[in-house]
Amino acid sequence: MPDVQTLVNDFVLKLKRRKIEGSQASAKQTAELLRSVVSQQRLPYINQATVLLDAVRAVGEQLIAANPVELAVGNIVRRILHIIREEDLTSTASAMEGLSLSANSDDDDNYEREDHQALSAAAVAAAARSTLRAPSLQTLLEGIPESASAPHPSSSGGDSEGKSKSAERSSRSKKLKHDVIEAINELIQDIETCHEQISEQAVGLIHQNEVILTLGRSRTVKEFLCAANEKKRSFRVFIAEGAPRYLGHVLAKELVAKGLQTTVITDSAVFAMISRVNMVIVGAHAIMANGGVIAPVGINMVALAAQRHAVPFVVVAGSHKLCPLYPHNPEVLLNDFKSPSDLLDFGEFSDCMDFSTSGGSPRLHVVNPAFDFIPSKLVSLFITDTGGHSPSYIYRLIADYYSADDFVVRRRSTTS
Amino acid sequence: MDSRRLPRTVIDPKVRLVGFFTSGDPPPARFNPNTADATAATAAAISSSSQNSDINLTGNSLSPVMIPPLRRMSPRRCDEMQMPIGSYNPSESLLGTSPSRRGINGPDFSEVATSAWLGISGSMKAAASFPGSSGEMMMVGKNGGNALVKNMDTTELAAKTVPGVTEKDGGTLTDMKNEGAGTVRHQKQMTTRAERRAIQEAQRASKAAAMMDGKGGKSIASTGGGAPSISNQEKVLKQSQKKDGPQETGATSEKKVSRNPDKDRKKDIPQPRMQFDDKNRVEKAKRRAVVNQFEARNRVELFRHLPQYEHGPQLPYLESKFFHLDNIHPSVYKVGLKYLSGTITGGNARCQEMLLAFREAIIDYSTPPEKVLVRDLTSKIGSYVSFLIECRPLSVSMGNAIRFLKNRVAKLHHNVSESEAKSRLISDVDRFINEKIIVADQIIVQHAVTKIRDGDVLLIYGYSTVVEMILLHAHEQGKQFRVMVVDSRPKLEGKILLRKLVMKGLSCTYTHINAISYVMHEVKCVFLGASAILSNGTVFSRVGTACIAMVAHAFRVPVLICCEAYKFHERVQLDSICSNELGNPDVISNVPGKEDVNHLANWADHKNLQLLNLFYDATPSDYVSMIVTEHGMVPPTSVPVIVREYGKDQFIF
Repeated sequence: MPDVQTLVNDFVLKLKRRKIEGSQASAKQTAELLRSVVSQQRLPYINQATVLLDAVRAVGEQLIAANPVELAVGNIVRRILHIIREEDLTSTASAMEGLSLSANSDDDDNYEREDHQALSAAAVAAAARSTLRAPSLQTLLEGIPESASAPHPSSSGGDSEGKSKSAERSSRSKKLKHDVIEAINELIQDIETCHEQISEQAVGLIHQNEVILTLGRSRTVKEFLCAANEKKRSFRVFIAEGAPRYLGHVLAKELVAKGLQTTVITDSAVFAMISRVNMVIVGAHAIMANGGVIAPVGINMVALAAQRHAVPFVVVAGSHKLCPLYPHNPEVLLNDFKSPSDLLDFGEFSDCMDFSTSGGSPRLHVVNPAFDFIPSKLVSLFITDTGGHSPSYIYRLIADYYSADDFVVRRRSTTS
Repeated sequence: MDSRRLPRTVIDPKVRLVGFFTSGDPPPARFNPNTADATAATAAAISSSSQNSDINLTGNSLSPVMIPPLRRMSPRRCDEMQMPIGSYNPSESLLGTSPSRRGINGPDFSEVATSAWLGISGSMKAAASFPGSSGEMMMVGKNGGNALVKNMDTTELAAKTVPGVTEKDGGTLTDMKNEGAGTVRHQKQMTTRAERRAIQEAQRASKAAAMMDGKGGKSIASTGGGAPSISNQEKVLKQSQKKDGPQETGATSEKKVSRNPDKDRKKDIPQPRMQFDDKNRVEKAKRRAVVNQFEARNRVELFRHLPQYEHGPQLPYLESKFFHLDNIHPSVYKVGLKYLSGTITGGNARCQEMLLAFREAIIDYSTPPEKVLVRDLTSKIGSYVSFLIECRPLSVSMGNAIRFLKNRVAKLHHNVSESEAKSRLISDVDRFINEKIIVADQIIVQHAVTKIRDGDVLLIYGYSTVVEMILLHAHEQGKQFRVMVVDSRPKLEGKILLRKLVMKGLSCTYTHINAISYVMHEVKCVFLGASAILSNGTVFSRVGTACIAMVAHAFRVPVLICCEAYKFHERVQLDSICSNELGNPDVISNVPGKEDVNHLANWADHKNLQLLNLFYDATPSDYVSMIVTEHGMVPPTSVPVIVREYGKDQFIF
């Protein structure tokens, strides 16, 4: 399939050149790319899920390697792997359902109940094991009705599965792919609409005459504030300009156009102003599994200042920014470095550089990191499209979206 | 007491460079005449060895932090020195009144021949091996010395011994200043020191453990004492002397001064600052104003109490008015314009320029007929100051300098001739600039340089002249370190400093304030300047300093504030909003060198949009590890102490 490969290469190139900016755009495009990968993948009759997983993993590995800092890409790859596993599980389960319904029909009702209760736990455990998915409340709730009606096949396991597969081979081969693509479409839909879902919660969190501080520009924050404004809340916003990209100016312009009281301050004035601020709302680049946040540079300073003055520090982010990885030394390893020309013009210090390079290493360095890491203890609240969560709950939220098997995308694909 | 304290005198100096310390008290037995008699025998044997260690001890024990100087021993020693001097009038002397002058060793004195006592006390002064005694020593040597000699002559007590002692004092002082380490030049002094040393040795012999400690410490001390550090500490010594002065003379001088102290205090309280949300007063001020101010269009509601003016049109307006403003001296006018245009920034530079302008004005001043110089000059200075305030609000440093100058003018006697008064004022101004700024900076540099070690990464923010001097001095000393220059919009002062440092060959890293969390990992120490330090320890400095200090605090990096003591103020402040200065908001909207960032091009048209350009912020004292002043390195909690102790002499001398 050359056409998919060219698409992948294009996308990899764009990621490498940092042509795609922002986690939402890259998440959406990743999902779309993987959807076409899935749809063009030819599936054999057996082990369809494994083949599909391998294909997605192979592409995913390339995408992640292209820009390891853009965690949203990896998140989406893992989400889609998870989707495939889920769909495989449900399709298997529904296949079992058909078998078990006929087998169980003549059983005693009372006995069946108890038996199902006992067996359902085993079935759930087996299902969990088969996907290596972390046990969760959701799977328990979802799993009970399905597996309760299929106790016997699950206990008899592998040998009956082969038979059942052969029976419904043709229908299932189309069904799995179709289901996966459906689910991916849903995911894309979710990514697109996450702003609306997040901003719906705005009115519940912003009161009249609130003073809000933010740094730089995040689309999620903008929508959040605008949504509150549309609901006739009047409040004022302080925007730190967010050097060296000055996206705060853009945000200020947008908010003023919507009629919000806006004050632009320099980044250095954050500490001076934070004592008069009721709430800090910022966007994030990624949310790590331990509740830490990777956000545009400067936000750690804001978070520390907010902590000092006991100002709530709220992070708004779509669920595609939830990353199942635990950060290690994120300031260095999960950081991007921008051009020094943002800070110093290239010509500006050329006269100094002539003799400063004499010692071998240059005497002047310019550091321009793109991201900050904010430890979870500084965050008061996460607002995602599924609602508000405390930082300590993020690990649990991640178990809903990802299967533990996919946390490391690379290792799997190299072994397979 | 001495068994506990003795080891302290020889502790490795590095351990106690920061914070308060009580220097080791000399064992009281030293004053015992019996042991004093025994000194002669052992003197020669120990003299050479003890001298070296003595001086090293002096050097080491003179920690840069000298506040408070030990109080327990010093008054006693003063007493001892004065006790024999019957006619000595305490009120005339700097040594006079000390709260603990209760005749501590009274009975002993009566038994001792005065000459012997003087000899011993003299030897103590000369030797100066006790850190605590150093302050007193200096005082005797410089201030008290002459008075002492005079009194000696009149009372005819030990006439031979005392001049000798004072001579020795002077000798020691110069000796130590010039050469730091001990020289064999002063043989006499050596013996006296040896005497005292011998007593100490005899004391130590009885206490084996203490002696062991002492020797261990001594060896470290003798190897560790370097020439620069000693000379550095000598300066501290000077400061400590200054500091001792007011403490001990406080009571007398207040009594002497005929003024009512309450009145003085009332005068000291600064005038309430102009609140610009008070419409009546603003109107009044406007009518008086020389500069035609235009209110900024989109004012920030939170800062309505501060002046928010358009920054464009004042300068040409003032320039055109140059020949019409008769009552403003041209040099003051020039400085005002420089403030307005932002050519002169920074607390030191502004203060210095203002004082020089006032100096010019004083030179050109002549008292108009039927007027008194004191009143007229004060009102003149007042009008100059209000002109300068219109150009740009005063900084604390300038406020202090003006207070000083007005005080000096007010203190001029009525029967002093005009030329005499003028020359006095001019010399006062010169001395203020020299002592409070230039020399103070040099001392601060010498203190702060001791905190820079090889391999350090130092973080600095913005452009502070003192910090620049520190870095350059450390570089000249051959220390290998790296500098992180952190900068922030809109002034980007760091670039100027960066250029200077790179030109001098320092290796630098440049970044902006948002990346502070990233660079703070490798930083060893943060050096910051300050515009003012307030009495509650709050550091009032260029905006962003608080952020830097906060992040450094979060990363457990020590924060050193380098600031001259004349910028200290007894005012208190909790936040950065009540008193601040607002700059031109236009500089926020346009980013120089980046034409694509023009989203806020015509921001003033949107009535909902305000741009806030704060100049200062207040750093809470708990983020500050240490404040480096010319009086030593002190914790922020000591700021009110310095304000209290030095506030007086700042305006009295």
